Amino acid sequence: FPEVSHFVFCSGPGAGQDVGRSCILVSIAGKNVMLDCGMHMGYNDDRRFPDFSYITQNGRLTDFLDCVIISHFHLDHCGALPYFSEMVGYDGPIYMTHPTKAICPILLEDYRKITVDKKGEINFFTSQMIKDCMKKVVAVHLHQTVQVDEELEIKAYYAGHVLGAAMFQIKVGCESVVYTGDYNMTPDRHLGAAWIDKCRPDLLITESTYATTIRDSKRCRERDFLKKVHETVERGGKVLIPVFALGRAQELCILLETFWERMNLKAPIYFSTGLTEKANHYYKLFITWTNQKIRKTFVQRNMFEFKHIKAFDRAFADNPGPMVVFATPGMLHAGQSLQIFRKWAGNEKNMVIMPGYCVQGTVGHKILSGQRKLEMEGRQILEVKMQVEYMSFSAHADAKGIMQLIRQAEPRNVLLVHGEAKKMEFLKQKIEQEFHVSCYMPANGETTTILTNPSIPVDISLGLLKRETAIGPLPDAKKPKLMHGTLMMKDNSFRLVSPEQALKELGLVEHQLRFTCRVHIQDPRKEHETVLRVYNHLKGQSLIFSLPRVLKDYSVQHLPDGSITVESILIQATAHSEDQGTKVLLVSWTYQDEELGSYLTSLLKKGLPQSTS
Amino acid sequence: FFQYCLSGHPTLPCNVLKFKSTTIMLDCGLDMTSTLNFLPLPLVQSPRLSKLPGWVLKDGSTFLDKELKECSGHVFVDSVPEFCLPETELLDLSTVDVILISNYHCMMALPYITEYTGFTGTVYATEPTVQIGRLLMEELVNSIERVPKAQSASMWKNKEVQRLLPAPLKDAVEVSMWRKCYTMPEVNAALSKIQLVGYSQKIELFGAVQVTPLSSGYALGSSNWIIQSHYEKVSYVSGSSLLTTHPQPMDQASLKNSDVLILTGLTQIPTANPDGMVGEFCSNLAMTVRNGGNVLVPCYPSGVIYDLLECLYQYIDSAGLSNVPFYFISPVANSSLEFSQIFAEWLCHNKQTKVYLPEPPFPHAELIQTNKLKHYPSIHGDFSNDFKQPCVVFTGHPSLRFGDVVHFMELWGKSSLNTVIFTEPDFSYLDALAPYQPLAMKCVYCPIDTRLNFIQVSKLLKEVQPLHVVCPEQYTQPPPTQSHRTDLMIDCQPPPMSYHRAEVLTLPYKRRYEKIEIMPELADSLVPLEIKPGISLATVSAMLHTKDNKHVLQLPPKPPQPPASKKRKRVSDDVPECKSLKPLLSGSIPVDQFVQTLEKHGFSDVKVEDTAKGHIVLLQEAETLIQIEEDSTHIICDNDEPLRVKLRDLVLKFLQNF
Repeated sequence: FPEVSHFVFCSGPGAGQDVGRSCILVSIAGKNVMLDCGMHMGYNDDRRFPDFSYITQNGRLTDFLDCVIISHFHLDHCGALPYFSEMVGYDGPIYMTHPTKAICPILLEDYRKITVDKKGEINFFTSQMIKDCMKKVVAVHLHQTVQVDEELEIKAYYAGHVLGAAMFQIKVGCESVVYTGDYNMTPDRHLGAAWIDKCRPDLLITESTYATTIRDSKRCRERDFLKKVHETVERGGKVLIPVFALGRAQELCILLETFWERMNLKAPIYFSTGLTEKANHYYKLFITWTNQKIRKTFVQRNMFEFKHIKAFDRAFADNPGPMVVFATPGMLHAGQSLQIFRKWAGNEKNMVIMPGYCVQGTVGHKILSGQRKLEMEGRQILEVKMQVEYMSFSAHADAKGIMQLIRQAEPRNVLLVHGEAKKMEFLKQKIEQEFHVSCYMPANGETTTILTNPSIPVDISLGLLKRETAIGPLPDAKKPKLMHGTLMMKDNSFRLVSPEQALKELGLVEHQLRFTCRVHIQDPRKEHETVLRVYNHLKGQSLIFSLPRVLKDYSVQHLPDGSITVESILIQATAHSEDQGTKVLLVSWTYQDEELGSYLTSLLKKGLPQSTS
Repeated sequence: FFQYCLSGHPTLPCNVLKFKSTTIMLDCGLDMTSTLNFLPLPLVQSPRLSKLPGWVLKDGSTFLDKELKECSGHVFVDSVPEFCLPETELLDLSTVDVILISNYHCMMALPYITEYTGFTGTVYATEPTVQIGRLLMEELVNSIERVPKAQSASMWKNKEVQRLLPAPLKDAVEVSMWRKCYTMPEVNAALSKIQLVGYSQKIELFGAVQVTPLSSGYALGSSNWIIQSHYEKVSYVSGSSLLTTHPQPMDQASLKNSDVLILTGLTQIPTANPDGMVGEFCSNLAMTVRNGGNVLVPCYPSGVIYDLLECLYQYIDSAGLSNVPFYFISPVANSSLEFSQIFAEWLCHNKQTKVYLPEPPFPHAELIQTNKLKHYPSIHGDFSNDFKQPCVVFTGHPSLRFGDVVHFMELWGKSSLNTVIFTEPDFSYLDALAPYQPLAMKCVYCPIDTRLNFIQVSKLLKEVQPLHVVCPEQYTQPPPTQSHRTDLMIDCQPPPMSYHRAEVLTLPYKRRYEKIEIMPELADSLVPLEIKPGISLATVSAMLHTKDNKHVLQLPPKPPQPPASKKRKRVSDDVPECKSLKPLLSGSIPVDQFVQTLEKHGFSDVKVEDTAKGHIVLLQEAETLIQIEEDSTHIICDNDEPLRVKLRDLVLKFLQNF
């Protein structure tokens, strides 16, 4: 018998109420899928990677997980992947989009270099591990249905956010989960908006970084940004914009490039080297993932070829005069951006603009929360005199965007991850109020169980479907109809067939149950006249009483042999053996006509209408 | 299930499939071989063409000499070239729900269908197909519109007149249906009706049918299509290739278990090996250039040209051609070269790997960077300044009837130093050359057609094992010029069903099942019973809801409570509203146990009589008689409803519902 309830487990070895990193485990109808495999940028120790002992205590990762899905190339979503696959050990498939597959190993290698080569940390993954890990990656197209195995399928949707970012639908039978990763519901200068169809998942797992923010219009923020950069440069200051090499950086470059062009500005703009040119090249080659406008005009003018923005050299940081520098990484936790920051922090003419979210523990987070005296390595105290500005350019959906996505996908349950508890609580209430769906917000490592109640798909024989569609007083296709069939369950297949077919397939014979009722009525006339009166009565043609035709939807017939049929019910009249004034009507029907037969006997029992003739 | 065949051209198909309740058009190819009957459209006035003599009938009448011109014994129509459209009368094309496009060559008739037939549906195609298809259309429109021709000949199309013409004009089919080229606004309108799809994307049509594009390995974004419901699967294979060129390899596995496989777009040159042809192309090109001659390559602006440029990239240095300029002239040359670099996801594995580095997937980027390959929108403008000979020119159109190629044919045709190399297989090179005769220039025919040949087809069919194969009639017999080559036809069991233009086929399969969903509440209420080991049954009485071709079974509404008082009710109110459906019964009634049951329920005067086929159970006082046989039970009683119902329920206890 069909099992009616399934469970969707969702647990986070490292997502939950924390923006630090994403790593979610979903069990859906017996399949285990890991969503993202991020690292925490705020830690430099074991806490950096998710704790996979959560899974490995019960055996090997490969045996337990059916697949791993990576939503986009940010390290808080894929940074632990080589650790997970090569150091803990996972050999199953890892799915990501083509741009993610292209860019992810470069960011991983970059991060590895900073951690191992510069900071000298050991027990970290190696270049070879990154390569071996990437060999396990299967690239997916947008909207392609990937059959992971016979039951499990996944499908990617465009998510905006960064080049190649995707939301994923995970489906087993008629149960499904949608995982958004990070997404962006408004198109920006280089990417389009996230989109999903009305796929009605049982569960929508959505990020909630900006759970409470309703951000002001993009144009205003852009104008604000340009104004601040412009003012600083005018007074001879230096502007540092810490960014990740791919993503926001390209959007802000396009913004500054057009502004410099328009205002005819001369101050140099630099982009920290290495990744940059490469990064722009990725945008050129994966231009189909950018927004409509860029795609349309790329043959005439490639937006990622910049005239004003030049490669940065370390020596430039000490140059006098104004300049704008984009430097990686974005949270000022290591590398070039941190170096430049230390050089410029002491001068109040300078400005640092943080265009994205910063994880707790990073220098970026500290200065944004107002800290002006920072303890650096070697107990050195760095006093921050430069202006610190925060501009939310990171392409996450805000509360409005999250609500919009829920409206698009129409999930039955919503689960919030990748956000801060307080803000999530606010959003949770809002979602429950507006959509009347359950909303969950598990803590890190907490397991949420969601009961689903799927309908059961079965095969119905076309004969039965056509038959049941054909009967009924009005052939109105929209009106529901009553149908009767037999559900045959064999192995794991369910077939709904006509009762006759079920009997036949099982080699059984129908048992006919028939009733014959004797109805006595007072009528002195000859039998055939009685029959005629009964016939007229049933036909509703009695002349005296303008009775409604009582059986108007049924076929009533007077047969030549003197009997009457109402549909398949047979009525015959015989004389009573003792009483001449009484006739006996024999009403005979099968069990299948039970209701009509029963009705006819009670109707006839009431007698026939009087006739004057 | 029907298939309407609207095109007779096996590689430019246009079929309409009626599948379940949907009408699906598969491709809309435009047969351009019709243009071979027309005079070329020269970009600059050609004294030679304008001096061609008018055609005179045998009896000396000259009424056609304005419309028809004679050149080296062939007769050509002096008019704007026209195309042979798919059949538009076979069925009402406004009823087409969707059009599925398999590759950019098979969508060239799209504007005629979407803009002139009342079509209101959706077109599905992959992004490269649409982008490159747009380029092909743009080039076509551009090359015809920029040479305005005053004359539009129509007299020759008159049936009576056509009979008098020499072959091949005499035998041209459906000339009354031939149409002039569409315009850019029509192209844009047609393309705006396209919805982009990705490989292996499942697209639901009206809840009844699911269509899925699969990689076909032939061109950027080229696809085969699966059209299926839960129980039947039609595979549409059109323009597929198993060779390793630039596109993503063909997805064969997904074609398995097809009820019907429609096979179109096989190679047009089954006897030529593409690899050998590429080799010949390179050596002929090198030889001509070394001798100081120019090479003309009539081609489409996308497709094989990418592979040719890649071969030349590897070949030119070793062949000492580093200083020979390569020109690619087309209004869409730049776009085509740029677009080819941005479809990483649609490319073969090697090219994808390059993009990950990140490097452009095609080496023509480097050829352009090093100035070895230059591209121009037309021969006018920059090109005339840069033009250096000897050189190699890639330009269209391969029919040699319009486009910049006409200019180069006129320019270089007189010298035997020059060579024209035909690589595109769509046009007979002799027919293409006919209006340029007599020619001094060398002609080399190296058709490169990477689509499936018959050996590959038979391997493919063995692999995917469709129940039935449907194909154009051309594939069921050897080519007319090689009638002994019985290996050049499809060989499969059962033999393929063939079709020709304007034919309607009935596709051979029978559906027996449909998907239906049982709602959880109803499923909970079902009581399954194991009838035989491993087989359980449950009777289902439920409400059937059908919406958008999806069927759902729900719990029936609760029966209304019987009214408390019947006094004021009219008789008719009691008539059962709809036939309530009682199950069938099965099983048999063991008389002894039945009698015991009766006695348990208070019948004291039960008497049993044996009959020939069973038993009669008598309830004397109630004047009731129950005939029990192996497969039937008959209860005969007075009109005592409570008694009858009681007996009925006792009988039912022994029987199984179905």
